[in-house]
Amino acid sequence: MPRDVASRAAKTACDEGLGVAPTGLAVYLDFSAAIKRYGQSKANSAGIHNASEAQIIELGEKVVEEKYGNLFEMYEKITGENPYKLPMKIYPAVHYTMGGLWVDYNLETNIPGLFALGECNFSDHGANRLGASALMQGLADGYFVLPYTIGKFLSGDISTPKIDANRAEFVAVEKETRERIDKLMSIGGSQSIESFHRRLGKIMWDYCGMSRTTEGLTAARQMIRELRDEFYRDVFVPGKGDEFNPELEKAQPAADFFELGELMVVDALNRNESCGGHFREESQTEEGEAKRDDVNYRYVAAWEYRGWKEEPIMHREDLDFDNIELKSRSYK
Amino acid sequence: MSQLNLSLKIWRQKNANEKGSFETHQVEANEHMSFLEMLDVLNEKLISEKKEPVAFEHDCREGICGACSMVINGHPHGPQQKTTTCQLHMRHFKNGDTIHIEPYRAGAFPVIRDLVVDRAAFDRIIQAGGFVSVNTGQPQDANALPVEKDQASRAFDGAECIGCGACVAACPNASAMLFVSAKVSHLALLPQGKVEAARRVQSMVKQMDLEGFGNCSNVTACEAECPKGISVENIARMNREYFAAVLKSEE
Repeated sequence: MPRDVASRAAKTACDEGLGVAPTGLAVYLDFSAAIKRYGQSKANSAGIHNASEAQIIELGEKVVEEKYGNLFEMYEKITGENPYKLPMKIYPAVHYTMGGLWVDYNLETNIPGLFALGECNFSDHGANRLGASALMQGLADGYFVLPYTIGKFLSGDISTPKIDANRAEFVAVEKETRERIDKLMSIGGSQSIESFHRRLGKIMWDYCGMSRTTEGLTAARQMIRELRDEFYRDVFVPGKGDEFNPELEKAQPAADFFELGELMVVDALNRNESCGGHFREESQTEEGEAKRDDVNYRYVAAWEYRGWKEEPIMHREDLDFDNIELKSRSYK
Repeated sequence: MSQLNLSLKIWRQKNANEKGSFETHQVEANEHMSFLEMLDVLNEKLISEKKEPVAFEHDCREGICGACSMVINGHPHGPQQKTTTCQLHMRHFKNGDTIHIEPYRAGAFPVIRDLVVDRAAFDRIIQAGGFVSVNTGQPQDANALPVEKDQASRAFDGAECIGCGACVAACPNASAMLFVSAKVSHLALLPQGKVEAARRVQSMVKQMDLEGFGNCSNVTACEAECPKGISVENIARMNREYFAAVLKSEE
């Protein structure tokens, strides 16, 4: 069962009130059958023909521990329940957003000298970001790509003289940053940054998450804009702007998230098909599989943000497939 | 879900130059919260009262980044074994408990604010030798450097160190030997790290001494408090590496 399908099914079940645990936001993930299966096959390969059930379970638990020991340990720490003996209670959550910085084949972004490695760049994921994909990309980029591409940039950069920190560009950026901080500090409203961040997260989760619709996305865009207005009217950043201030550290990315969130909604609204991690309810097969539209959407989009009042501009890069044939995913 | 009414005695300190003191706060938490979530609740309450929230460090909240650093009831990362503060859950406390929360206390880790200490000394130790050199040019084949499973596992045992600094906070001498030895072992056990092995151990130990960490006197509190269970065997390995390196070519 692919993870995206399983995740949507878990959320749907909980939305319908079938969830377990006091919050109702969980479904069971039961390893007992897998433990017996692994144990049986381990017993067979060890030549133990009349293994007792207890022996099989013990062997099976060892196999599971080899595979997922660290995850099971984390789960036990969080919940206080032993996942080898009791079914795990799970619920899908966003921990990655499938997209990132534009890079060329040398992993250099559109800013010369700024290289992006690992999952902050384009990312090699399809409908699912599976376990260890992050490691895979971090290792591949860091071990096999960058050491062999950064040299070209560095060899050209070696003759660049020391850059003077009093140049006009530095002064301008410093002024801009100072103004942004002063603006946030001066609002003096009544709501915490955390509360806005949570509300924005909820909008994204509900409307720009595992499944999306035209109506939902249209409504979400409006909600984000209203929330952003409220943020700049009523946020409270404690402390001072010129000292160690973790709340101010939170406030700056939180302010950026309104822009990023809106761009993600705009992109999802624009892409009138299901593709990879983007599942549009309007575009699915009878069996609930993602239905791509390779005629109209065979491109990747990078969005240029132009301030709150202007519409963002889409820069598209068409995808050409010379050596492979475009197909749909099928587990049958 | 059982609710917990707790008294927190938290260390408040404006910066490294000002004197700090304990401040008492009441907080309501539930047993499913992590320790950091409980502190989030306290901070939201303080912010709603227009008071300064408590500064503490956190990032992944999954026990792998090493950012959370505080001493809870006298133990770095709290009383649970092999657990980081973010993985410590409130069900391990009782309704009505008083919990003492302090920053790490070590000369080499000056307090920045409240529970946040400056652990840049660790970064400088890593900069002194915690790296391997890689040639530019054509990439080599992925399987050109085979590593035995045992060897890889032992290197990984060292690599599990998340650099949180609990070992320093636990040690009566504020020694950083467990941290440095985990990093030295991790790289010394792998073929990629062999080239600079002799130079690495000497530079890292030298930087450790320069930062003002104390000496190791085999108390082994570091191992007991380490959230990743890094073994003091690494210290023995580092000492061997160090002596061998000094005999070969003193830097």
